[in-house]
Amino acid sequence: MLEIKDIWKVFNAGTVNEKVALKGVSLTLKDGEFVTVIGGNGAGKSTLMNAVAGVYPVDAGNISIDGVDVTHLAEYKRAPYIGRVFQDPMMGTAATMQIEENLALAARRGQGRGLRSGITKGEREQYRELLATLGLGLEDRLTSKVGLLSGGQRQALTLLMATLKKPKLLLLDEHTAALDPKTAAKVLETTETIVQRDKLTTLMITHNMRDAIAHGDRLIMMYEGKIAIDVSGEEKKKLTVEGLLEMFSKVSGSDEADDKLLLS
Amino acid sequence: MTGFLSALPGAISQGLIWGIMAIGVYLTYKILDVADLTVDGSFCTGGAVFVMLFSAGVNLWVALLAAFLAGMLAGLVTGLLHTLCGIPAILSGILTQLALYSVNMAIMNFKASVSLPIMQAEVLNKLLVSLRFVQGALNGSYPIWRHPIIVVGAVTIVLIAILYWFFGTELGAALRATGSNQNMAQAQGINTDVTKVLGLMLSNGLVALSGALMCQYSGGNEIKVGQGAIVIGLAAVIIGEVLLDKVFHNFALKLLSVSIGAIIYYIVIQAVLQLGLNPNFLKLLSAAVVAVFLSIPYWKGKYFHGQVKVQAAGTDMGAEAKIGGDKNA
Repeated sequence: MLEIKDIWKVFNAGTVNEKVALKGVSLTLKDGEFVTVIGGNGAGKSTLMNAVAGVYPVDAGNISIDGVDVTHLAEYKRAPYIGRVFQDPMMGTAATMQIEENLALAARRGQGRGLRSGITKGEREQYRELLATLGLGLEDRLTSKVGLLSGGQRQALTLLMATLKKPKLLLLDEHTAALDPKTAAKVLETTETIVQRDKLTTLMITHNMRDAIAHGDRLIMMYEGKIAIDVSGEEKKKLTVEGLLEMFSKVSGSDEADDKLLLS
Repeated sequence: MTGFLSALPGAISQGLIWGIMAIGVYLTYKILDVADLTVDGSFCTGGAVFVMLFSAGVNLWVALLAAFLAGMLAGLVTGLLHTLCGIPAILSGILTQLALYSVNMAIMNFKASVSLPIMQAEVLNKLLVSLRFVQGALNGSYPIWRHPIIVVGAVTIVLIAILYWFFGTELGAALRATGSNQNMAQAQGINTDVTKVLGLMLSNGLVALSGALMCQYSGGNEIKVGQGAIVIGLAAVIIGEVLLDKVFHNFALKLLSVSIGAIIYYIVIQAVLQLGLNPNFLKLLSAAVVAVFLSIPYWKGKYFHGQVKVQAAGTDMGAEAKIGGDKNA
């Protein structure tokens, strides 16, 4: 479904601040595969995610989604294939617009937008039912401005928007990191439910090693712009935090990374 | 006082005409979140196109439409400078505004001022609005419905109705999303370059239309007519918001509050002039008023919400510490 071939990304090339964020990353996701991504700060997780989403172009390599080469497509042109939830709860929704308007915008992802009505009566009913599944009471607040919602509510709404039109690829960029533990668990649970229900091909970055182990069918750890560890199947199911740390120490050749990973 | 009262209908009429311009400013400043300075030039463009076409015998409505389209063209230039050439929006507007001075001069055959032949009754009668109708409609020499307050009021309501419909469509919603959160808009597949250009075009079209109406009202067009228009527009937007934000929630009513803001602005200006202020100080006064009103939200945020912010930051850190603790466990 997603095929990343040897992509490179350099920031501030030619300056003292030069940073090679991605050093030839290759990764293939099968249809319906749920992959969790971990790694310390600056390991290249978010850069990888943004490169796939088209936030910035890559310096070398190829990215294709469902057989379509998207390497040179602008961000908005990749949007039809990709659903995204960001780390910052403010980023995924339009605060000054109503809940139903946000959903209606997401429902038209990948379609031409013309002079038809921005939202129909039938849609409102559909949104009411969908919001009810979140269990946050949002179904009675369809016309509330999104800016009035809490961070957790906004992330749950963004998740709903990202998956409203079944995307070929769901990108979750530490989408629970800014939430309190209880809300984070709830949003993660909703994520799991939606991903399972729609069998979505998913790439989820997380800072939490236990979340990374508990969710998904495959786990990737990034280190210094490369994929250092790639575990799936039975091996992934048996994985523990300690086991993962041990593997990582072997790959990186040092123990200090433990602290880096844990504290980041 | 009698002087002020007798000047009131004129002030309201002018306020309504500028109100259409202010609605244009609202579209960019409030909805698109862009400060567009093209306005100072495109207001005059509207008047210039209108006065030349109408004087050449072109139908009033065609001339008005042409003025609107000319304004859209100015907006297109600003939009392309911003999106295609990556120039900051504010600078793009300034560049277009500067260029428009020459363009406006060229449209007006390189004359700084062109008058409509309103001394001829058949020309005057064809106009949609005129300063002469203000008195004329009240003393019976013209039917009452020709009073500029009624005519421009009707035009404003029609425009608000069209805008209300437009911003409810898919395209209009995409435009609002662009101004509200560009990241989100792009993630939902909206080409924000297109929506920004479109918003700038629509806004400047309205501004030029307002210029064309003002040209009729004052009986001609001058090259310096749009100077400081952006400040008047902002003043109207802010006055409308400060006074009516709590009462008006519907989008159409918000647009109406901009128009009301412009009327209040003109009534205040009229009052100040009656009190004997030298008209040359008007621009200083306008700038000062807008500066004060623009500062209010900042001061409010800085001095009245400081404590709340500190508290919120405290809880965040607490939550993070907990997450860290979880991982270590």
